[in-house]
Amino acid sequence: MSQTALNSSRRWIRPLLISLGVVLTLLLLVVPLVFIFVAAFSAGVGGVWQNLTEPDMLHAIGLTLLVAGLTVPVNLIFGTLIAWCVTRFSFPGRRLLLTLIDIPFAVSPVVAGLLYLLLYGSNGPFANILEQHDIQLMFAWPGLVMVTVFVSCPFVVRELVPLMSTLGTEQEEAAVLLGASGWQVFWHITLPNIRWALLYGVILTNARAVGEFGAVSVVSGTIRGQTNTLPLHIELLQQDYNTAGAFIAAALLTLIAIATLVVKAVLQWKLARQH
Amino acid sequence: MHISKKLALLLFATLLSAPLAAKELLNSSYDIARELFAEINPLFIAHWQQQTGETLTINQSHGGSSRQAQAILQGLRADVVTFNQSTDIDVLHQRGNLLPANWRERLANNASPYYSTMAFLVRKGNPKQISSWQDLAKPGIGLVFPNPKTSGNARYTYLGAYGDALQRFDNDDAKARNWVKTFLANVVVFDTGGRGATTSFVERGLGDVLITFESEVNGIIKQYPDQQFERVVPPTNVLAEFPVAWIDRNIQRNGSEKQAKAYLEFLYSKAAQQVLARHFYRVHDADVVAATAAQFPATKLFKVEDVFSSWDAVQSNHFANGGVLDQLLAEGKR
Repeated sequence: MSQTALNSSRRWIRPLLISLGVVLTLLLLVVPLVFIFVAAFSAGVGGVWQNLTEPDMLHAIGLTLLVAGLTVPVNLIFGTLIAWCVTRFSFPGRRLLLTLIDIPFAVSPVVAGLLYLLLYGSNGPFANILEQHDIQLMFAWPGLVMVTVFVSCPFVVRELVPLMSTLGTEQEEAAVLLGASGWQVFWHITLPNIRWALLYGVILTNARAVGEFGAVSVVSGTIRGQTNTLPLHIELLQQDYNTAGAFIAAALLTLIAIATLVVKAVLQWKLARQH
Repeated sequence: MHISKKLALLLFATLLSAPLAAKELLNSSYDIARELFAEINPLFIAHWQQQTGETLTINQSHGGSSRQAQAILQGLRADVVTFNQSTDIDVLHQRGNLLPANWRERLANNASPYYSTMAFLVRKGNPKQISSWQDLAKPGIGLVFPNPKTSGNARYTYLGAYGDALQRFDNDDAKARNWVKTFLANVVVFDTGGRGATTSFVERGLGDVLITFESEVNGIIKQYPDQQFERVVPPTNVLAEFPVAWIDRNIQRNGSEKQAKAYLEFLYSKAAQQVLARHFYRVHDADVVAATAAQFPATKLFKVEDVFSSWDAVQSNHFANGGVLDQLLAEGKR
């Protein structure tokens, strides 16, 4: 093949690949996203309002926010502690601990849900104690929070560990030598260094907590107006033949996701500038 | 952050305080009964208010009835169950001892306030001329119903087909079995649940016949008027009871004994039976039966217990792993 023929074929390949990429992105990502909103608004603004203000929908939104609102602080504190432990101290089993942290990513959320159900349900080892004190964990909101904490716990740790490893311990050691207490070191040295990564981890945790379906569906019992989160509510609305309602709930989740992505992009940009 | 914290606290408070506000009942029910109980519950709430002056809240949980039973065994504190499969209530006695073995005798008609049977949903004009179970095994007929392994609904379909075959072949099990094999070979898709099968048939356009409860068939026809589906009720058919029970252990714990019992008894009342008939369930109340006779084509119903000796036998012979159903499916593939 002559040089010019090669060049001309190259000239064709590039736009071809680009347009293929664009078309695939459109078909697989943009069109479904747009379609969610089109389908949601097929009911008209009045229909959207009516579906949104329906008591079960309001409760589902509130419950989803409650679960996320409890999951995020728990995982924020837990994740920071673990990351601090494994990057600042050397102890036997450190690697094992890091691997264990990844378990929630490795197992299917449904398995996670079943695990909790078998452990804290009425056939589990804690059944008697829970019964005596009349504590209902599974099929109530505490169960939803528990499984959501489980499935979303690696995010903060995973964000912090690489950063804290590269940051090293010199600054903190210097602070300790100058007489700072452990808390002062954390507050004045460590936290300012990791704050963006921490926020990023929080955002990912929040996104997962809001959208979690599998684990939550196992321990929820799907009681409308009681233990039904937004993702579960979408499935129920769909089964009720209320397609518009299902899409409105889906659009709501999508909006949360988009908002999360925007915040994430901004933080990523700031994080990149920091280094 | 502060605002979301306050919001969370507020939500926390409302969620915690909710159960204390009013007397509550939790009805754990099968997948497709939501519209039904959404209509019955307000009637009972009004009735109870009038009788006792007490304001009641009724919560609903819906899912496949085996899955619902499993959740109750694991600690879901349902006061009453309204299922489409008596084996799923038996399980609550056998595995959790949550209610006595004789729960069927505590309410009239085998504790089944309403019943149904299987019907075929066919496409506009019934192009494949389906009128009986026998027609379904003919070559070139595509069937859609859920997997009998996971769906109570489909178990009735399987038993209806098998029972009809036994009657046609004078209880010759080998012949009936062979026929059921060709019947199963005509299935184009096994969805896990009833609503999934409906989607396959209606929206994906798969198959010629959707087999499901008569009540559901009528509901689908109403839901998709422009597709002009038609209903066929075969001349012999299986009786599908819809058993209900209060869960003794849970009503004691919840202090809801009176309410739970009254709620289930209310399902036998004329008002409730009218609603049931409107949702295309067959009922027992003589006046309602007479008034709605035109809706329900005559069909000779057989009981699963009469044809297959007992539900336990059906479960272990047909639906257990390696049972007749598995064998027939495997043979049909060859």
